[in-house]
Amino acid sequence: MTATRRAARIGLYSFLILSAAFFAIPMLIIVLTSLKTADEVRAGSIFELPSAPGLAAYAKAWSEACIGRSCTGIGTNFWNSVIITLLSTSISLLLSSLNGFALALWGLRRAGWVLGLLLIGAFIPYQVMIYPLVRMFAMGGMHNTLGSIVTVHVLFGLPILTLIFHNFYLSLPPELLKAARVDGAGFFQIFGLIILPMSVNVLLVAAILSVTGVWNDYLLGLIFAGPKFQPMTVSLNGLVGTQFGVPEYNVNMAATLLTALPPLLLYLLAGKYFVRGVTAGAVKG
Amino acid sequence: MRPHALARLVLLPTIVLTVVGVYGSILWTLNISFTFSEMLPVNEYVGLAQYTELLRQDRWQVAYTNLFLFGGFYILFCLGAGLILAIALDQDIRGRSVLQTILLYPIALSFIVTGLAWRWLLNPTTGLQDFVRQLGFEDFAFDWLSNPDMAIFTLVIAGVWHSSGLMMVIIFAGLQSVDREIWRAGQVDGIPKWQMYRSVVLPMLFPVLVTCLVLLSMNVVRSYDLVVAMTGGGPGYSTDVPAKFIVDFLFNRANIGRASAAAILLLLTVIAIMGLAALLRRQEPRT
Repeated sequence: MTATRRAARIGLYSFLILSAAFFAIPMLIIVLTSLKTADEVRAGSIFELPSAPGLAAYAKAWSEACIGRSCTGIGTNFWNSVIITLLSTSISLLLSSLNGFALALWGLRRAGWVLGLLLIGAFIPYQVMIYPLVRMFAMGGMHNTLGSIVTVHVLFGLPILTLIFHNFYLSLPPELLKAARVDGAGFFQIFGLIILPMSVNVLLVAAILSVTGVWNDYLLGLIFAGPKFQPMTVSLNGLVGTQFGVPEYNVNMAATLLTALPPLLLYLLAGKYFVRGVTAGAVKG
Repeated sequence: MRPHALARLVLLPTIVLTVVGVYGSILWTLNISFTFSEMLPVNEYVGLAQYTELLRQDRWQVAYTNLFLFGGFYILFCLGAGLILAIALDQDIRGRSVLQTILLYPIALSFIVTGLAWRWLLNPTTGLQDFVRQLGFEDFAFDWLSNPDMAIFTLVIAGVWHSSGLMMVIIFAGLQSVDREIWRAGQVDGIPKWQMYRSVVLPMLFPVLVTCLVLLSMNVVRSYDLVVAMTGGGPGYSTDVPAKFIVDFLFNRANIGRASAAAILLLLTVIAIMGLAALLRRQEPRT
């Protein structure tokens, strides 16, 4: 290796390590701050290590921290988010996999038209639609219910998920469907017995995409979930914005980390599928 | 029931939901934007008055300018950082997957979490500024978060931190898909690597870059969470954006006519961006 080449390599690695530091530092500081006591946070600087790391801030964030006037922490909101995410994801997956199957493999007239209708909708900012949706839910007597928040998540999640399944099913050999039909299998039989077992990977990709999207949503939760089913992101922002007396930054950061944890774990455990999910929209553009 | 009929039936809920929920809502909002509606929609039509009032409103002007100020820098830096990082990772780097994991993880976080983390980091009295001052640089100032002229750039920093990893991954996938023969041909002809990137590989990635552009533009148009978590639109309304303007006017200021007009203008902006992207795609350089 020549001297210039070696210098170039060193430069390259230094650049990459510096970049990695830039990306890692905010998370590092959240963790450090959350392990300190409130006094320690106020006295020291953000990069100082906690002298006696403890989980007290987490306990407080979970069950005692004040959001506005109610001091019950964000634990209940965690479970709200879990319920909303599970319901929205399972309904979305069921609908979108069936949609993709029907659109890709049955040679329906105007299938492309339906897909276009869905995908154009995916580009429209929520702000254009939220008020009429609120009115519609109010007319149906389901404003601020679990039903309304799950419905909007399904509505806005369907386009991209349907596209993912559609593209996957298009790549299957058409003989498969023909053979099954010759044997007299019906729509749901083919779907349940042949297609679904082949869809494990794409189901995982779609599920991760949906779970992350629903969990990380703020705007829809703020407007459609109501106080009873308020998701974690909304309560987190409320918690940090609540200023009674001395702000407890350690509790704020603990709550932030707790909210970030589920999608973060998903990312660390299933990175490959995660990357495929978030880039799925990009591949087809 | 015949299988084809079932296939059509299966699509029905999605079609109904989309036609009513998406397209019906757009038309409804369009209709409200022509009325003098405050708390509730009324049928008192005022033509384009909401639009002319909106365009004259200082807060809207700030919000709409911020869309392009924030968006321009956010897109520029995300694409730039994504491109440089992707090319760097393309050089047979050891520990590539670990690096990629670190560079990409912010994409798993919500914009709320991103905003709160950076608000804490950039808070002048407790964050970075305080840290540098404790090191002995007592005059060090980094108070963009509380400076009306600079606060918008704190959003850029946080946004770039959140999204450039994704750009890196998409562009890296594009780089990997470049035929090895092309690289070999360049080597045989003695063309330097950087020149190969500039004049051969990057033009081939043009469609990928347009896709990145569309993804980032969508994030800009939708930027609500990040602003709420980081600056709340302040100081004053210096970091307001259309998405936040609309939600505020819908639910806090009970002026749904004005909010609907703003929403339609935002929609027109999206249509313009999409048209631009379609034009760019058509101009794709031949390879």
